[in-house]
Amino acid sequence: MFLFENNPPWAKNTVEKPEVLNLSRRDFLKRSALLAGSTFVLGVWSSCETRKEPMVREVTKVPASGTFEEAGFQPNLLVGINDAGDVFIVCTRSEMGQGIRSSMPPVIADEMEADWDRVHVVQADGDPKYGNQNTDGSRSVRNHFDEWRQAGATARAMLLAAAAKMLDVPASECTAHNNFVEHSASQRKLGYGELAATAATLDVPADAPLKDRSEWRYIGKEVRGVDNYDIVTGKAIFGIDASVPGMLHATIERCPVIGGKALTYDEETATAVPGVEKVLRLDDAQLPPAFNALGGIAVIGTNTWATMKGREALNVKWDFGPNAGYNSTEYRAALENSATNPGKEIRAVGDIKTAMEKASQTHEATYFVPMQAHAPMEPPNALAWVKEDGSIEIWAPSQDPQAARNTVAAVMGVEVEQVTIHVTLLGGGFGRKSKPDYVVEAALISKAVGAPVKLTWTREDEIHFDYFHAPSAQHLKASLDETGKATGWLHRTTFPSISSTFAPNVTHASNGELGLGFTTVPYQIPNMLCENGAAKAFVRIGWLRSVCNIHHAFAVNAFAGELAHKAGRDQKDYLLELIGPPRNLNHLFEGERGAYGEDLNVHTYDTGRLRHVIEAVATSIDWGKDLPDGHGLGIATHYSFVSYVAHAVHVSVIDGQLAIHDIHCAIDSGTYVNVDRVKAQMEGATIFGLTLALHGKITAKDGAIEQSNFHNFPLLRLNETPPITVHVVHRKQAPGGVGEPGVPPVAPALTNAILAATGKPVRELPIRLG
Amino acid sequence: MPENPKTKPGFSMTVNGESRTVDVPADMPLLWVLRDILNLTGTKYGCGMALCGACTVHLDGEAVRSCQMPISAVEGKTVTTIEGLSPDGNHPLQILWDEMNVSQCGYCQAGQIMNAAAWLAENPTPSDEEIDRNQSGNLCRCGTYTRIRDAIKLAIEKGGLA
Repeated sequence: MFLFENNPPWAKNTVEKPEVLNLSRRDFLKRSALLAGSTFVLGVWSSCETRKEPMVREVTKVPASGTFEEAGFQPNLLVGINDAGDVFIVCTRSEMGQGIRSSMPPVIADEMEADWDRVHVVQADGDPKYGNQNTDGSRSVRNHFDEWRQAGATARAMLLAAAAKMLDVPASECTAHNNFVEHSASQRKLGYGELAATAATLDVPADAPLKDRSEWRYIGKEVRGVDNYDIVTGKAIFGIDASVPGMLHATIERCPVIGGKALTYDEETATAVPGVEKVLRLDDAQLPPAFNALGGIAVIGTNTWATMKGREALNVKWDFGPNAGYNSTEYRAALENSATNPGKEIRAVGDIKTAMEKASQTHEATYFVPMQAHAPMEPPNALAWVKEDGSIEIWAPSQDPQAARNTVAAVMGVEVEQVTIHVTLLGGGFGRKSKPDYVVEAALISKAVGAPVKLTWTREDEIHFDYFHAPSAQHLKASLDETGKATGWLHRTTFPSISSTFAPNVTHASNGELGLGFTTVPYQIPNMLCENGAAKAFVRIGWLRSVCNIHHAFAVNAFAGELAHKAGRDQKDYLLELIGPPRNLNHLFEGERGAYGEDLNVHTYDTGRLRHVIEAVATSIDWGKDLPDGHGLGIATHYSFVSYVAHAVHVSVIDGQLAIHDIHCAIDSGTYVNVDRVKAQMEGATIFGLTLALHGKITAKDGAIEQSNFHNFPLLRLNETPPITVHVVHRKQAPGGVGEPGVPPVAPALTNAILAATGKPVRELPIRLG
Repeated sequence: MPENPKTKPGFSMTVNGESRTVDVPADMPLLWVLRDILNLTGTKYGCGMALCGACTVHLDGEAVRSCQMPISAVEGKTVTTIEGLSPDGNHPLQILWDEMNVSQCGYCQAGQIMNAAAWLAENPTPSDEEIDRNQSGNLCRCGTYTRIRDAIKLAIEKGGLA
């Protein structure tokens, strides 16, 4: 990887003043009660033969000097320093592989001038005192960067003040560096441990000064993953690994069709399976499904395998309910019919009707992307312990522990304060683990059996009962002048809305969904019409890594590639011409906020930055180079989550065989934190995008999902993975998202390469040649 | 005459250097014996069908998918899990996985490392094609394949795998 160190002339470096975010800074900085229960204590069975009293193992790394709770100096919720100089930094966001536990703490450590080797990361429970903890929407760094810096700066200011007091010198003569405060004039220095007790007696300053970015030591650099060692030695604790003494295991047989219910089942046969202790009928599912448990028959036993065998013996007869008529083949035809007919007007510029009538030529295409499953390697699971006093303690791989806490409290009829959600590591999330249905299920079962219960979803459960990425059909039509330049752009998108998961009778997409790459098409075309067609949902629709940007970026970029091809033009030149000159597109949003809730005064939607990532990948792949017959290059770009990404792909199609030789991508996410994790997210997003493009397809027959495991919902494998080159653009603008923006351009860059190699457009995912 | 595994009161094996006996049904997969009975949770469940490799362990030195290995077939054999691969996490692959930031979520990585460690011990100087072929049975949804490839190649360069 190399960095583009020189900002191009259109880059505006005006965003230096941190924005003040929703969380009240006064509340945030107010010294609060000690955190309770954030150290993750687990039982470990010390012997194999029989279950004995567990040894207690501290999973969070705790130094010999004590825990975070015991640290004497805690200027705010996120920082603790003890007398030994050990530094504790709380990670309030969920770690699912994006690297936040190695990104949030370095920001705070940098501003407080902590020695990274003395930092211990503490994972926060779900609690609104931390502000928003919902770890999705690629928003951890982009929404919280300034808060975190301020938290660290506050600690540093107080340590400086403590040193000034102890040395009896002005604070302005002291400097903080790497866990020490130094008074150079008198050549004296004090360690943070020596300063902690005094610092704890001082008032918390309201507006401690931040470091200048030239002084950053961890921000923007590579920080090694804090959990790397635990992961490679098998010590890392994911939700599925959590255990407590006396814990039982459970799995649930659910109706294959959402909204159905059990008519009969064979409890005795299931209970006869060795290790099965109980069979429990859960309340039937309520529609709309929201975050509700899906009902079904739970089998509870002493180990996971027993519960799986018990399920097989249940022999359930189902009433499949109101969604049993859902068939993907017919549904696709209905979506395409909706997309090829006028829909609800969403965005109109100029006069598309006249543009089409006057056009020298037109071009049209219909694109289809099927349903997708999340398929995190760790399926949903949760350990819930409903205790005799009514309190509920839960360990869960949750992206949104506050939603889990609130939902559990509501379903179980207890106060929110009685529910504790400990956040484990997540074995992948991708949006699936924002939905706490599986946590609710575990709590319901634990209450019914009066014991702590670990609920595990099988892979089949995970694929059958996902909150799926919506299937979509889109129709595009362009009016063109005699040179092939677009004069008009008609785009219709049709897909079942995420809103349908939460409300009845939803027929159209939400504004939020349409802001994901549909109303935000950055092309400078005088006549544009964007419409949304009606679509009903028959399964749970959810958000998957980059959400509607997946299908919108595919259709928009693939259609741009087709227009270039029709005009006999170079794809990249044509794309840049569509985008037009560097300019501000904030007018595409209403009011002060953009499609991702961003403050438009801070985050400008800037086509100059989009153009720059296109040029970057084009340079990287040596765009325009001579290629053998059957080879082609493709390019695509997309703005999402306030970041700009482009991909360029080199393929060959020879004798009908597709080979992907090389992929290059560039991301401009403004100021970045842990540059290696940005790079890793781009590598991962590219591979995620290749799975979408080459394999991803979920279908339903008679209301039931037809796929069940990795043989019929395959993921990309190592031998299918091309070399991936990542460029991270170096900029000073406020941080954008990193986890999701790398996904959308992958599939259309690949299909555009196939178009270049074969002359044939690809209008459907997964790609099928010939 | 061998004992009938169906009626055997316990299954004995060596796990990470210790002898262990478990009293479980003969068809219980080694995966669930390790995770739920022996509490060695480093070995992960991913698919239950030998499609993803997350559950890979060594059985008498060979990489196997523990989700498809009934405990009756493990009787008398030697099992090594990620917890027992090296005394202190210092197998060359563990060191490079850490140094090169291979992991994202990390869930599949125990299986990736156990799989690679077994075949690299047999074939410490593989071709690029062999690396791809031998490591393609292990899925990673985060998409760490390019770094897995890089880490294996560097490990081969550094040696000490056989």
